[in-house]
Amino acid sequence: MLEKGYRKLRWKIIAYTFCFSLIPLFVLGFTFYHQFRESYTAKIMQNLRTLAENRRNAIDLFLDERVSQLTTLAYTQSYSQLQGEQYLEKVFTLMQMRSKSFIDLGIIDQDGNHVAYSGPYQLKGLNYRNEEWFHEVMLRGVYISDVFLGFRKFPHFIMAVMRREGDRNWILRATIDTKIFDALVKEAQVGEKTDAFVINKENILQTTPRFSGSLLSKAPYPKYSPSSSTRVEELKANGGQRLLATTSFKNKEWLLVVQEDPTVVLLPLFHARHMVILLVIVGILLITAGAVLIARAMLQQLIQADREKAMLDASLMQSSKMAALGKMAAGIAHEVNNPLAVIKEKVGWVKDLLVEEDIAKSKNFKEFQDAMTKIENHVERAKKVIHRLLGFARRMEPVEEKVDINKILSETIGFLENDARYKNIEIKTNFSEKLPKTISDSSQIQQVFLNILNNAVDAIGKDGEIQISTNCVLKDKEIVVCISDNGPGIPNEVLQRIFDPFFTTKEVGRGTGLGLAISYSIVEKLGGRIMVASEVGKGATFTVSFPVRGE
Amino acid sequence: MENLRVLVVDDEADFLETIVMRLQRRKIDASGVDDGKKALEIVENERFDVVVLDVLMPGMDGIETLKLLKKRKPFIEVIILTGHGSVESGLQGMQFGAFDYIMKPADLDELLEKIQQAYERKRIHEEKHGLSGE
Repeated sequence: MLEKGYRKLRWKIIAYTFCFSLIPLFVLGFTFYHQFRESYTAKIMQNLRTLAENRRNAIDLFLDERVSQLTTLAYTQSYSQLQGEQYLEKVFTLMQMRSKSFIDLGIIDQDGNHVAYSGPYQLKGLNYRNEEWFHEVMLRGVYISDVFLGFRKFPHFIMAVMRREGDRNWILRATIDTKIFDALVKEAQVGEKTDAFVINKENILQTTPRFSGSLLSKAPYPKYSPSSSTRVEELKANGGQRLLATTSFKNKEWLLVVQEDPTVVLLPLFHARHMVILLVIVGILLITAGAVLIARAMLQQLIQADREKAMLDASLMQSSKMAALGKMAAGIAHEVNNPLAVIKEKVGWVKDLLVEEDIAKSKNFKEFQDAMTKIENHVERAKKVIHRLLGFARRMEPVEEKVDINKILSETIGFLENDARYKNIEIKTNFSEKLPKTISDSSQIQQVFLNILNNAVDAIGKDGEIQISTNCVLKDKEIVVCISDNGPGIPNEVLQRIFDPFFTTKEVGRGTGLGLAISYSIVEKLGGRIMVASEVGKGATFTVSFPVRGE
Repeated sequence: MENLRVLVVDDEADFLETIVMRLQRRKIDASGVDDGKKALEIVENERFDVVVLDVLMPGMDGIETLKLLKKRKPFIEVIILTGHGSVESGLQGMQFGAFDYIMKPADLDELLEKIQQAYERKRIHEEKHGLSGE
């Protein structure tokens, strides 16, 4: 359908439109998404950090309180007092009334002997001299242990405070309920997938994580590192992305880990990403459609323009061809005309002489006379051809007069009526009554119509129909005359040359090949157009249009 | 056509010769010259009533000859012989005072008729101005 050049151009237009529309779209989409991600991630990280720090403070406070409680007890009571089991029991019950954090309470002398105990287990009499924590507390005065199973085979951690009374030391030791400690840690598990746990220096879990890992097992991540500030990081572990906030405690070399699953917290971000992708896809579709539509519209305009240009070129070419041929015709006519004039005069002279008596008596006199008459006739015929040629070539300004095209047509039909009737050709007319008068040259227009109608009659030969209609196209200010015949039609190769001078399909001597050429140049000079359409076997239609010109 | 004198001006020798012969045969006192300059010379010395003048000639062309001729001898009538199929040069000739024009190849009878008419007009003109011949 489309020529190759047009198709290439169309793809070019589409490609350019596409590129220059898509680049901003991508940049825009990417920038928006990137900015949103940055700020959203920062916000999530900040939340995580705050959550971790709050929890750490709460746990620190809890540990602080426990330590203070024990310290207060140790320093307000004497060893001798607390050594009495009943007294210790009383104190422990008192403490239990306020808070269930402590599971038991015990007094250990400087040799590591458990001298007094209050609590659910039978621990009295055990010796702790070889336990590591015993040395720690003797060294530092205060001690908080890691979680361990101990003699009881039950996870717990202990807190111990040493008091120096006189020349001897003794230790107040308490077991902290890991349930309460666990609960404190787990309070950080605010979200659906939020996890919080505590690890010690050796990366051993001190509380039970929510999702994976068990108490006292080694946590796969993060690696313990003592640092006073809170760290928030993104980590790839266990086949998934994790957001981690780690912070260390004031009282113990433990690390609080709060972990978020990014697929949950970053869900709005993924939504935004999907939205952006969706928008970009919609954008691409719209741009594609737009590019195709633009290309099509532009191409249609271009094809239209090209077609008009081609038509203009064709008519310009026809005009210049006519002009060149006209010049040539005039030249030839001239050259032929003079010898023709001489021949004519010579023939006249011979005829004049033939009248004289002595020749009249010759037995071939009649032959001479006949020959001379024939020569004269043919000179006459040649003269007619030459005059028509010159008529075609001449550049005479057309007369300007008010012209009624309908009237001219009627007159022209009048010339041909007898001939047509004799050949049984019916001439049908359909004249527009609203046809305006125009300024033109009636005799030249008549010549045009006469040429076309003559050709139509010749083409039909016998038994046929010629239809003539006139119309006024007000939009283009044109009078359009259509002359159709139902003759044999005009083959394409003839159609292309039909307005060329000397081109004729009639037998030698019948046509000069100038009728339509002259008609063409006349119509062109009058500012109109002449067109022909034909289909072999269906006849031909000549369309002549004249501009409507006022005075 | 008692005193009628015709001068034919044409560069085509055969044409000139034949047409002069044919005119003479019809009892017209005709002469011929083959260019404009000679025509102007000859009208100075001899009396001519009608000049038949070809338009296309080498050297001085018909229209120019016509202009000079009319300037010098206003009463001489000129018939333009035009090779052009166009009326244009004929009309142009008439603008400069030619009596009429005739297309080549011309019919002798037509030419004779026009010569006759031109001669009539010349006589009328001369009578009006109280002149008769030279």
